[in-house]
This record gives sequence, C-alpha cells and structure tokens, in this order.
Amino acid sequence: MKRLLVLIVTTLLVSTAFAIDKGKKFDDPELQARYERLISEVRCLQCQNQSIKDSNVTLAADLRREIARMIEEGQTDDQIAEFLVVRYGEFALYRPRTTGKTLVLWVAPFLLVLFGGFALMRVVKHRMSLPIGDDSMKEG
Amino acid sequence: MLPEIGQFSLILALSLAICQTVLPLIGAHRGDAAMMGVARTAATGQFLFVAVAFGCLTYAFLADDFSVLYVANHSQLALPDLYKVSAVWGAHEGSLLLWIFILAAWTVAVARFSSGLPEAFAARVIGVLGFLSVGFLLFAILTSNPFDRLVPAAVDGGDLNPLLQDPGLAIHPPLLYIGYVGFSVAFAFAIAAMISGDLDQKWAKWTRPWTTVAWLFLTLGIALGSWWAYYELGWGGWWFWDAVENASFMPWLIGTALIHSLAVTEKRGLFKSWTLLLAISAFSLSLLGTFLVRSGIIVSVHAFATDPTRGFFILTFLAVVVIGALILYAWRAPSMDSDVGFGLLSRETFLLLNNVLLVVATTLVLIGTLSPLVVEMATGEKISIGPPWFNVAFLVPMIPLVILLGMGMHTAWRTQKSDSWVRVFKIPAIIAVLLGVVIPLMIYGRISILLVVGCAAAVWIVVSSLILPVRSLLREKGTAGITRSALGMCIAHLGMGSFVLGATIVSAFGVESDQALTPGGSIEAAGYEFHMAELRNVQGPNFSAIEAVIEIRDDGDLVATVLPQKRQYLVQKSPMTEAGIRAGLDKDLFVALGDQLGNNTWSVRVQYKPLIRLIWLGALIMALGGLIAISDRRYRVNVREKAVSETGEAEATA
Amino acid sequence: MNRFVWPLIAVAGLLVFLVMGLRHGDPRALPSPFIGKPAPEFELPTLKIPEVSIGTETFAGDYALVNVWATWCVMCRAEHPFLLELAAARAIPIYGINWRDSRVEAIRWLDDLGDPYLASAYDADGRVGIDWGVYGAPETFLVDPEGTVIYKHLGPLDPVIWQREFVARMSGGGQAE
Repeated sequence: MKRLLVLIVTTLLVSTAFAIDKGKKFDDPELQARYERLISEVRCLQCQNQSIKDSNVTLAADLRREIARMIEEGQTDDQIAEFLVVRYGEFALYRPRTTGKTLVLWVAPFLLVLFGGFALMRVVKHRMSLPIGDDSMKEG
Repeated sequence: MLPEIGQFSLILALSLAICQTVLPLIGAHRGDAAMMGVARTAATGQFLFVAVAFGCLTYAFLADDFSVLYVANHSQLALPDLYKVSAVWGAHEGSLLLWIFILAAWTVAVARFSSGLPEAFAARVIGVLGFLSVGFLLFAILTSNPFDRLVPAAVDGGDLNPLLQDPGLAIHPPLLYIGYVGFSVAFAFAIAAMISGDLDQKWAKWTRPWTTVAWLFLTLGIALGSWWAYYELGWGGWWFWDAVENASFMPWLIGTALIHSLAVTEKRGLFKSWTLLLAISAFSLSLLGTFLVRSGIIVSVHAFATDPTRGFFILTFLAVVVIGALILYAWRAPSMDSDVGFGLLSRETFLLLNNVLLVVATTLVLIGTLSPLVVEMATGEKISIGPPWFNVAFLVPMIPLVILLGMGMHTAWRTQKSDSWVRVFKIPAIIAVLLGVVIPLMIYGRISILLVVGCAAAVWIVVSSLILPVRSLLREKGTAGITRSALGMCIAHLGMGSFVLGATIVSAFGVESDQALTPGGSIEAAGYEFHMAELRNVQGPNFSAIEAVIEIRDDGDLVATVLPQKRQYLVQKSPMTEAGIRAGLDKDLFVALGDQLGNNTWSVRVQYKPLIRLIWLGALIMALGGLIAISDRRYRVNVREKAVSETGEAEATA
Repeated sequence: MNRFVWPLIAVAGLLVFLVMGLRHGDPRALPSPFIGKPAPEFELPTLKIPEVSIGTETFAGDYALVNVWATWCVMCRAEHPFLLELAAARAIPIYGINWRDSRVEAIRWLDDLGDPYLASAYDADGRVGIDWGVYGAPETFLVDPEGTVIYKHLGPLDPVIWQREFVARMSGGGQAE
C-alpha cells in the first residue's frame, strides 16, 4: 500500500516533465462536447478517485489522447467504452454499463420509489380509517 | 512531559466516562437519586480531562514538539500557526481526539441544559452518551494514541498535507463533527425513551432543538467542504459523490427526515417509530461514515491513512451500538403506535412522503457507495460508480420531493379542504412555471425539460416559502404574526430553493475550457477574454509559487484581475493549485493553472460558473432557518415548568 | 415476523458484509482483465537497436516475464537488482517495455545498472502500455508458452512474490487466477 503511494506520487511529480496538451481537441462544438463528456466519465486509474478530465497525470493525458483519436475515427460511445473495458475492466468507467449485474443499479431508483410509494399508500389508507380529531385548524 | 499528561488525562477521562455510563443507568433503573446525580458531575469531569488532553496536543503542535510522533508526521517548523492548530485534527489520531472532545462538549451541554427533563430520563441520556464516549476513548487509547512518542525526536516534521493548509478546510472537520456527534444526542434521547418505554409529544419537544442544532452544523460543514473543493482543487466542481462526501451526506439526509418527523411527533404524537428509527439511523450513518473513511475499505481522496485493525474496532463498536439500539427498537416500537388518524390531504401525508423520499435517496447513495465493494466480493470484478450514475439516481426521488415541498408547507394538519388549498397555490404555480421557462431561456439562452423542471421547482419553493412571512408582514403584525418556528421553516426551505436554482443553472450552463496561454497572450471562453499580463515567482511562508496575473475582460471592459498560482510546498513537494476566482452572486469566473507546457507556456483552465454561489448561500440560509426555528420561545426552559417537575419528583420520592 | 425486526436484520446483514469487506484486502489492487487471455499483440522497436522490432511473437514458446519499467520510476530501481538475479540465474526470459521514457536516459540507465532484459521494447507514446492495461510502473506480466497471460503483478518484484505468485503458476503446477 505504501509502495503504491510512492509510485503514484512519483508519477505525479514527473507528469510535469511531459508536454500535456489540455487544449481544445475539436473545432466542432458537438464533438468537443462529446469528448468532454466522455473524458469526465472515465476514471483516472492512477488517481484516488478522479476522472481523466480532471487529472494531470501522464496516463490520464494518454487516455484522453486515445479517446480523441477514437472520436475522430468515428467510433461510437459503446465502442470507446469497450476499448477501455477490454484493457482496464469495468472499473475504468464511472458510468456503470447497463449489462446484467449493473442493470439492477439503473433500475434501483425507480424500484425504490415505487416500493416506498406502495408502503406509504398502505400507511395512509390505514390512518384515514382512524379517528382524526376535531379541529382542522391550520397551525404553523 | 505534557504529552504524557495528555495521555494520562485521556485515561482519566475514560474512567470518568465509565462512571458516567454505569452509575446513572443503574440509578435510573433503581430510582436511586445519588447514582443518577453522578451523571452530570462525571460528564463535566470527563469533559475537563478531555479538554486537557486536547490542549496538550495543541500545545505540542504550537511548540513544535517533534518528539511526539503525530506532531512529527503532520507539522513543520515553517508551518503557519493557524495550520499548526488545524493540524491537530488533520489526520486520524488527532481527528479522533477532536471527536471525543466534541462528544464530551455535547454531553456537558445536555447536562447543563437538561433541568427541565425528568431526572431518570436525563440520567439515561447522559449514560448513553457516556457509553459512546467510552467506546471512542478506548479506540483512541488502544489503537490510535496521538501522544505516542518518537525517539529520537525529529529535527523537523513531515508537514501538514498542503491540501489541508487552508482556512476553509481548517474549520471543516470541527463543523462536520459537531453535526455528526450532535446526532448522538438524538440517539441518546431515543435510547432513553426506549429503555423507559415512554415516548410522547414532550419527548419530541425536548429532542427537537438538539437535533436541529446538530443538523445545522452538519449543513454548514458539508457546504464548507463543497465550497473548499471548488476553490482549492482546481477542477471547478462542487460535488463528486466521492465515498467520503457521501459518508457525510447520508447522515444529513436522514437528519433532515428526522427533524421533520420530530415535528409530527411533537404536534400529533404520530410517527413515533419512524422518529426512533430515524434517530438511530442518523447516528449509525455517522458511525458508518467514520468507519468507511478510516478502515481503508474504500478508495477516496479523503480517506485517512489507516489499517484494518482500526477498521475492525470501529466496526465492532458500530455493531454493538446499532444492534443494541435496534433490539430495543424491535422490542419497544410496536407498543408505541398511536391510534390517531389523518386525512389523505394533510400535512402528515406530506411529511410521510418526505420521510419516504429522503430514505429512498439515502438508500440510493448507500447503494452507490457500497456496490463496487459488493460486486467485487461477489464476482471478483471491480466496477466504478461515479457521478454519471449518482446524478441520475439521486434526482429520481428528489424531483418529486422538491415539488411536494412547496405544497406540504401550506397543508393543514389532520385534514385539509382541497378547494381552499388549491387556491393558495394558483399564483405560485403560475409564477413558477413562467420563471421556470423564462430564466433558462431568456437569461441563459437555452431550454430543456430538465431545466424547466429544475428552475420551476426552485422558484416554486422560493415563492411558497415566502407566503407566510409576507402575509405576516402585510397584516402589519411584523414578526409577531408568525412564530419563530414557522419562520425558521420558511427560511430553511427558501435556502433549499436557492440551492436547487444554483445547482440547476450551474450544471446546465457552466462552461469549462482548457487552453494554452503565454504572457501577453489571450484566450476566450464563455464570452469573456482572459489575458495573461504577467507570469512571476512569489514566495510564501512554506512554499514557493509561480503566479499568473490574468485580466478578465468583457467586451474590452476590465471585469477583474485574478492571480492563480502553482505552488510547490517546501517539504511535501507536491504541486498545489490555487485558483484565481472573481466571485459574484450572479456568476464566478474561475482561472486555474494546469501544467507547464514549455517555456512560459501554461495550460490554463478557465471556467464560467453562473449562480454557483447560490449553492452554498442556500446551505447557509438553510442553517440560518434552523437557528431561527430553535430560538422559538417554547424551547426555552420554562421556570414554572421546572418548578413543577421538581415538586412532582419530590412527591414521588417522598 | 413484525415489521420492526426488519431494520435489525438489514443492519446485521450489512455488518456481516462490511466485515467481509475489511478482510478482503487492498481496495486499490486492480486485477488484470487479460488473465487467462492471449497477451495483447504489439510490435515496437527495441530500445537499443531501433531497426529491430519485438512483439508478442518474440516470447512465444516459453514462459516469459514482461516487465514494464521506466527511469523515472523509483520502484523500478528498487526491483532492478532482483531482476538481474533472475536473469543471471536464467530462471526465465525477461523482456522489458520501456514505458513513456526518454530513449537516451533509458539506455544509460541499463548501461549503469545492468540489463536483465533479453530485449526492451520502446513504448514512446504509451499506446502499448494502454493496450496492456498498464496503469503504473513497475508491472510484471507472466506469459505462458502459448502466449496467454497467466498473472500480473503491480509493484516491485521480490523473491517472496516471485516464489509465491510466479513460480507457483509455472511448470503446469500453478492454478490460473
């Protein structure tokens, strides 16, 4: 663990030795926007929880370069995601893909709200049947 | 010498904490006034000794005592005094001591302000707090002693992490901890009620102010952390759904549900089991948060350097506390349900919806935070769950919640007649939809469904929150026409509306641009021109930096000059970015130096952030609302009430 | 079972899970997705003689170590003596991928400290590193005679790890990851 930290610190230190281009990659604003969205969703694997958009390390710059290349070649978002997953695993993507296990994740919010809603309806129905009390004056 | 006194004080504090736990709890069971009386004295004593320990550690930092290992690791001769003090809680051992100190302080506050409470109840509350103190003190003394010596002493220290050398981050932990630890008071109140079997509207009235204060500090702590991340980390974001951020956000969500649930329990004696469960959960999530951050189980920028042994200790403590509380809950809660009802259209229904949606939101954050671990242990595969998922998932319960928020405030208890109710909302609804379309379209130039929903919801909440205060003013009653409790509620909700507006606008219309810049050159972004006038070297007390003078112009007119820096701290040598920000309520213009691309050429990140300040201002207003709410007259200790309870007890024991 | 027991059950489950999580190990260790799969194909000029190229076919036919290294990597220097030992003992063919480095500096480094590699590929822009899923140096891959990646170790190699993770997986006796 400590070794890993030294490793990372060293890499961070040296990243400034390389000319890292963080400028605009595309003239077409739509492509540029797509590029920026994609790089914000890819994890910087050398960092402690940062996207390659926000990170300054060499690997982040290299991955940004690769993604820009793939966009230029006309690859789709899915193909770019697959490129990264083949090499680094699903860990590289901040947006879990909607396959098998992770489909549950994307459905969960709706399921929970529905479940909460049903439970709530049952409770309210029950309470509606109980004596309410006399005054319905509004109080602050 | 002083560090040893500090260590010894901790041990003394531990023994007092044990007395504070055992004697009052037994005393409350037996009705023994003498044993119960120990509670307040032991609490005060424990606080004094913890304060001494804390003072010793602080002194060790200020005096540059590098024979103390913790000081040697996290301080440095050239470190400014302010940061020597904040370094006390800058890492695991010291922050644990801060936790213990704040817990002792809350306990003393409860001891001091509990004269209106029945003796047995107060004794139980202080006893439970004592149990928590014992746990944390044991943890510190056995596994995380800040007073461990370094022999031979270091000549100079390893320096405080430069990220922490900032005034905002200096007070961020104390504010957060006052919040986290404050929920242990609500927890203790809940346990005391479950032990005695008495939970009534009076109990809710006692619990509310303590919980609201904890909640408002947590609000401030989280907002400060977000604001700090924005200006310090250089990437211009304000929330990343990092595991440690989530660890502080979950108690906040549940804490918000708790203060609303307490309102129902106080008003109508309903939702008792909800309130109990929420009180247990809020504190449990605080403990869980501490566990996640210190055990090394989760990857995060914020995580303390730790080892699994500490993780096991906290987990065991967490298990004992939470399982114990939930056993009590399973035993007592069934008998606490009341037989009162309410109509379909009623404030009770809205607050129940509020509870449900907040719990769903908290569950989702928990799922997102822990799922990578679950998946890894189940399948061996590592996945990441980041902002793309959280931002979508969180909105699912939150969008209904913000819409319902505006309505619930003006709904009567018990039952609400629907026609008079609809009348209240006609005008606010029209204004909300109108502005919901106008604001994004006319002011910022773009519109979408999500934008309209977000802006309309924000305006909806703001207008709805203003109805009661404005009505009170118009009736020429001034501040007398509305209780502080109600005013606090309106202001807190107003803060929420402000937050929603800021978050919506900045997420949709914020612009970030990374471009290369040389002295004399200019770049353009979001309609502004950023001109680098100069690049120079500057010196700080413990760092050296390259500073850029950037002039920001709008159509040729100088709007601001900002001075972003790239700092190199002398000891830790990690490069740090200090952003140059032109702040304003309507927008921020943000410039940060990236990397040096060549001789004098730097990559620069410029950002345009409209209405971003509304996010933190909103949080501030929410906290203010909480403060106003608890200053309400009915929470002040009533002399008559006190006298009555005393004579009542005198008769009982006679 | 009444509904008031559910929180207790849920929390108990969560706690069990957290205990398991604690014992699980380093959350930062990323297993290589190539374990059990063919080594990613590449062809790069060698470090010392740019006209000569090496690639995946170069190490076919025998077990091989593919070690990703660079002169700016402190831990690479730490593991270097052990790599020299392995090379001297002819324990296993070692190939290097010089990752994102300066050719001149790298050659000088090997001249000064010794060259354990049969050959080092020069990956100037890091493309091959990415293809191998490299995210930090040093990384060492164990490739079997058919060209399948059997194991990847992140961090410096030492005798203990060599025995426990690499030797154990070779000579048909080791289990796959």
